[in-house]
Amino acid sequence: MRDDAVDPRRRRFLTGTTLVIGGIGAAFTAVPFVSSFQPSARAKAIGAPVEVDISKLESGQRLVQKWRGKPVWVVRRTPEMVETLKSFDPATLRDANSDKSEQPEYAKNAWRSEKPEYLVLVGICTHLGCSPNYVPQAGAPEVGSTWQGGFFCPCHGSKFDLAGRVFDGVPAPSNLVVPPYRFLSDTKIMVGEDKGAAA
Amino acid sequence: MSTNTDKPATLLRWVDARFPLMSLWNDHLAKYYAPKNFNFWYYFGALSLVVFVIQVLTGIFLVMNYKPDAATAFGSVEYIMRDVEWGWLIRYLHSTGASAFFIVIYLHMTRALLYGSYKQPRELVWILGMCLYLALMAEAFMGYLLPWGQMSFWGAQVIISLFGAIPVIGGTLAEWIRGDYVVSDITLNRFFSLHVIALPFAIAGLVFLHIIALHEVGSNNPDGVEIKKKKDENGKPLDGIPFHPYYTVKDLVGLTVFLMIFSAVVFFGPEMGGYFLEANNFIPANPMSTPQHIAPVWYFTPYYSILRANTVNFLWIDAKVWGVVFMGLGVLSFFFLPWLDRSPVRSIRYRGGLYKTALAIFIVCFLILGYLGVQPPTETKTLVAQVCTVIYFLFFLLMPIYTTLDKTKPVPERVTM
Repeated sequence: MRDDAVDPRRRRFLTGTTLVIGGIGAAFTAVPFVSSFQPSARAKAIGAPVEVDISKLESGQRLVQKWRGKPVWVVRRTPEMVETLKSFDPATLRDANSDKSEQPEYAKNAWRSEKPEYLVLVGICTHLGCSPNYVPQAGAPEVGSTWQGGFFCPCHGSKFDLAGRVFDGVPAPSNLVVPPYRFLSDTKIMVGEDKGAAA
Repeated sequence: MSTNTDKPATLLRWVDARFPLMSLWNDHLAKYYAPKNFNFWYYFGALSLVVFVIQVLTGIFLVMNYKPDAATAFGSVEYIMRDVEWGWLIRYLHSTGASAFFIVIYLHMTRALLYGSYKQPRELVWILGMCLYLALMAEAFMGYLLPWGQMSFWGAQVIISLFGAIPVIGGTLAEWIRGDYVVSDITLNRFFSLHVIALPFAIAGLVFLHIIALHEVGSNNPDGVEIKKKKDENGKPLDGIPFHPYYTVKDLVGLTVFLMIFSAVVFFGPEMGGYFLEANNFIPANPMSTPQHIAPVWYFTPYYSILRANTVNFLWIDAKVWGVVFMGLGVLSFFFLPWLDRSPVRSIRYRGGLYKTALAIFIVCFLILGYLGVQPPTETKTLVAQVCTVIYFLFFLLMPIYTTLDKTKPVPERVTM
């Protein structure tokens, strides 16, 4: 081969390898930038359990507490409310037995809590993250005449009963999440850790 | 020959020897031939460019007083409104500009649907335009978080959660976008960066590409006639007139009318009854409680309605995922228009009843979806939204069929006035 002749195969090979090596380099350079978008060490650290004082919570009332930046609700259900939960036709609920929902083992029951009287929930709709409203009164006008009390998401109309179970025919796919919690005493709940390890 | 009058010419020659000033001027303005029959619908391209400039200029000044920090953001916007000299005007220009941008863009897109401006050979002009529409949506969405009001917070919370609906990677992706487990100071900070640097650059770049692509193929017109087919002995299109001065002057008239309306809104109704600036956004963000009724700003409501209309689990996939899928497809469908439309003619003037009816129904459905998106969901409204969503997608899905069957009229050789 003469020195001044163009060798297209060689030229293609060199172009190709330069592109591949350069591309790999660019991909590695992108890693720190893409990674910087992940939750920072500080954001991860703010996840400690919180203590909730429920001594002033009256029957039928709800209390909102911040945990990991999210609202956590403690609802003190009246005996009638707990009774109502049993009267639902399971077919009207999307996940009546909480098989596809997130909750600790001790809350995987008909009332979705350790003690039937106290319901502890993460107050974030499982649809798109709004915080549903607490609508305890039956037949509330904004929800409908068949309403028996529960939680109603104003954003996309998802409905949950007083155990945070989602009704069928609404956008939310699963029941409201029950966080890990344990009773420190009759009037104090620790949210974020249970009898096992901290969540 | 040393009079003052030839100084500019000398300077011009000096520049021209070093930079293609005259050829750029001629290629894109003085000798860029546009069809002579442009009508009302052809104002909105130039107007969207003007609104972009308004947004950039007012944005530069807003950033000088705004604080991208969850603790101080809301207060700094109120500071701009109350204490900064003329701050209220600069902010209202920017907030009204956001809505004006979408009004102008929607009208600009309607024009393309009326006159088939996306059809061959203008497919890339259309696709670049749709990319601009997506970039604009991202820009508007991120900008809306910055005042850190209740609507800012919960709007962002909902839209970012959309990504969480994607199977398997969704949760991690939503966390990656937020940089936290909930929308927080970290999210506000990065949205600020994207809103003031990344997306404006992307939009400016796309505008450049959009115009270069347009000037390569030439503008369409209300008759959908290709003016480049009939040229005079000098190679100028017989039905073309130079963009400058003819259309620069015409656009100035449109601009004047636009600015009159725009100023009226800025001065007399910048909140537009809660549609341009929502009432709940005058309350600082509270991550513990969602407002009673939340709705996105009006320009996103048609897609928001489509999202909400999906309430049924189908094929073992959650209703939530379908909502997100259809919302995404609702926007993406527009990209395929150049290939879905099989009609031999471009303009609605020469199309038959089928396309005219389909387009009319589509526009009505789009408006109904937009209206429903600002309303609280009820059973009836959800049903109407579902019907409109089906029609919305049928417009695209059936387009190859009805545009083929449609009885078109003969297109004239030359443009009509």
